[in-house]
Amino acid sequence: MIDRVASGFHPFVLPFLFGMIFVLGYCLYGIVKILLQLSHEDRRRFLLSLINPVTAWKNIKDIFLNCLLHVKLWKRNPVLGYMHSSIAFGWFMLIVLGHIEVMLFVPHRMRQVWYPIFFNYFVAEGPGPATVQGALLFTLMDFFLLVVLSGIALAMIKRVRSRIFGMRRTTRPSFLDRVGLYSLWAIFPLRLLAEGFTAHISGGGFLITPLNWVFRQFLGDQLHMLPTWWAYSIALCIFMCVLPFTRYMHIPAEMMLIPMRNAGLKIKHARRGFTRAMVWSCPNCGVCIDACPMSVKKINLKDTTVYLNRNIRRGNEERIEQISDKCLLCGKCREVCQIGLDGPSIRIAQRAMRSYGLNQDYTSFRPAPAPAGHKLLYFAGCMTQLTPRISKAVGSVLDKAGLDWEIMDKDGGLCCGRPLMTAGRFVQAKQLIRQNSELIRASGCDTLLLSCPICYKIFKERYKLEGVRVVHTAEFFEELIQTGALHVEKGDIRYVFHDPCELGRGSGIYEQPRRILGRAGYLVESEPNRAESICCGGSLGSLTLGFAQREDMTRNALKHLTEGGPDAIATACPLCLATFSRYADRAVQDIAEILDRVSSKG
Amino acid sequence: MEFGFKLSPSSAVNLDQVDLSLYERLAAIEPDLRICMACGSCSATCTAAPFTGMSVRKVILDLQRGKEKEAAKMLSGCMLCGKCTMVCPRGINTRHLILSLCRIYGTKAKEEGK
Ligand code: SF4
Ligand code: SF4
Ligand code: SF4
Ligand code: SF4
Ligand code: SF4
Repeated sequence: MIDRVASGFHPFVLPFLFGMIFVLGYCLYGIVKILLQLSHEDRRRFLLSLINPVTAWKNIKDIFLNCLLHVKLWKRNPVLGYMHSSIAFGWFMLIVLGHIEVMLFVPHRMRQVWYPIFFNYFVAEGPGPATVQGALLFTLMDFFLLVVLSGIALAMIKRVRSRIFGMRRTTRPSFLDRVGLYSLWAIFPLRLLAEGFTAHISGGGFLITPLNWVFRQFLGDQLHMLPTWWAYSIALCIFMCVLPFTRYMHIPAEMMLIPMRNAGLKIKHARRGFTRAMVWSCPNCGVCIDACPMSVKKINLKDTTVYLNRNIRRGNEERIEQISDKCLLCGKCREVCQIGLDGPSIRIAQRAMRSYGLNQDYTSFRPAPAPAGHKLLYFAGCMTQLTPRISKAVGSVLDKAGLDWEIMDKDGGLCCGRPLMTAGRFVQAKQLIRQNSELIRASGCDTLLLSCPICYKIFKERYKLEGVRVVHTAEFFEELIQTGALHVEKGDIRYVFHDPCELGRGSGIYEQPRRILGRAGYLVESEPNRAESICCGGSLGSLTLGFAQREDMTRNALKHLTEGGPDAIATACPLCLATFSRYADRAVQDIAEILDRVSSKG
Repeated sequence: MEFGFKLSPSSAVNLDQVDLSLYERLAAIEPDLRICMACGSCSATCTAAPFTGMSVRKVILDLQRGKEKEAAKMLSGCMLCGKCTMVCPRGINTRHLILSLCRIYGTKAKEEGK
């Protein structure tokens, strides 16, 4: 392999160079901007994590697996996974192999950054026999070009018929997105043509050599060579110049996001720092649209997380506000998102940015003290007070197990603070947390039992109750059965279990309630369940959804739950219970009620 | 002289003279305000009632009579727990109504929605 062009330069590389400098400059600007927007301690934490060998290794591994191979997407949708990884990994390999070629054959050109990209134009097959490395590299180059082209072909099909890919709805690309998309589609076919027109000089592998032969059958001259190299370079230039303003920003941004996530950063602001990195990293894949429980109604489609990202990028304040307030905070979009984009937390941060003319203050409240002298304290919480059948059943089960317990908020108490938290009223929530903590500590209990997963989550995560075990009825009752404190008589009722958002996705409790139901009767599963369970629609997370707007969501969740024909729907959250009961065509029961019916003294 | 009882101050409200601007501004953002039938379900369930006498029904009533201060005192105890929304037979999103009211309270009309 020898140099063919003495200067190693041709004006057609200029568009490419311009695009590359622009995109690198923009990324540098982005990195500096994000770093400056981080809080001092977050920045320190992030930078330290970069030099920590453990996280550094994890970063490299995650970037490789997620940005190039798209492992998560493969698991979710193999065709989409193939499409993305073939383009990303194939392109990456073309660049790497291009550099290896330059290193091996024309090492003095290493400084000319365009060389690996336009290698075939600048070289000619040298005199003497072809080397094994040369042949191997050409074969690999052609192979990866073919891989990328197959990915592009799939992408084209997907644009026309997204349903083939199992997606019901995707986003409509913006104008610039389209420019980016079409230039991306053009890059690789143009490269194929350019290399095909040049292969009789440069040599080539199994793809471009035969192509060159075909071309030369009817195009005897070399007039097509330069225009295609120009076109290839221009396509690259267009793609890189629009990249920062399109969904393709996710390519560089994700490499920033992964280390930030591995450093354990949390969302603190609805626009800046970590959130900015997240929003830039969203490739608009649209998976979160079909996943969102709100999307059963067409009017809500544009309130899903992908549109939140879009509006944050466009700075459309009015829409950001609306989208932030509507969401149920069920967490499903975060669960299915390949980059783990935390839409719910961004929304809460947005809610927290508002100012109010009237701010609640609970510091002067004097709630009744919690009963002292009992090991086990049961906090029913607001929602369970609205569904007294649950608290009654809980009490009855505890009595059967012979436990020394008392209810903490018998005559009403303070709220746990979680609804305030999700509304972005952090200062107020903390006041309630402090008051409740004092009550619990003063009672001298060692276990705090909750039947409401909404309460459970905040007690577990935000309360600092040293020496007090915070436990949900699903966990606690399962233990009572295991240890033999309760005797259970298996019935013949078939139950389906609805995973409440806050208990499942929120707190990771999936198995215990199922084991209880398996003992009480027969458990039938319904898809989607566990981490992908559909929110009942009643969530307090949404500020603006009214009753009427929630009905379709509840009915949709019920439809999926009852597919397996269960006799009753079981759940472990008073709010889910109340919401489902409104429209269900069969019994809806809390696990405590079910257990109470089938259990007796152990 | 102690008679064992005293006269309460008059609570008569002259509807021709009250300032209803806050009520009207709230109704503009929360049109459901006007469909409340004062059933009192929200009052009966309210978590904050024991502390500030909070009741969505009374808040609405107070605003209709221009008694903003009384409404604000009750509101200052709301914990946004959502029980009132759950029980409202008219399906009013009382939580959002409360949030909207807290946002515009004490602000000038033109600052609305900020
Ligand atoms: S938020 Fe996640 S799931 Fe939604 S479009 Fe972006 S990457 Fe896809
Ligand atoms: S948290 Fe739930 S309701 Fe909100 S956008 Fe995500 S999936 Fe939709
Ligand atoms: S989380 Fe819900 S049920 Fe639990 S105390 Fe707070 S409002 Fe009540
Ligand atoms: S429950 Fe609803 S309709 Fe009844 S008083 Fe309260 S807000 Fe009005
Ligand atoms: S949200 Fe506020 S007004 Fe409604 S029941 Fe709860 S504390 Fe009372």
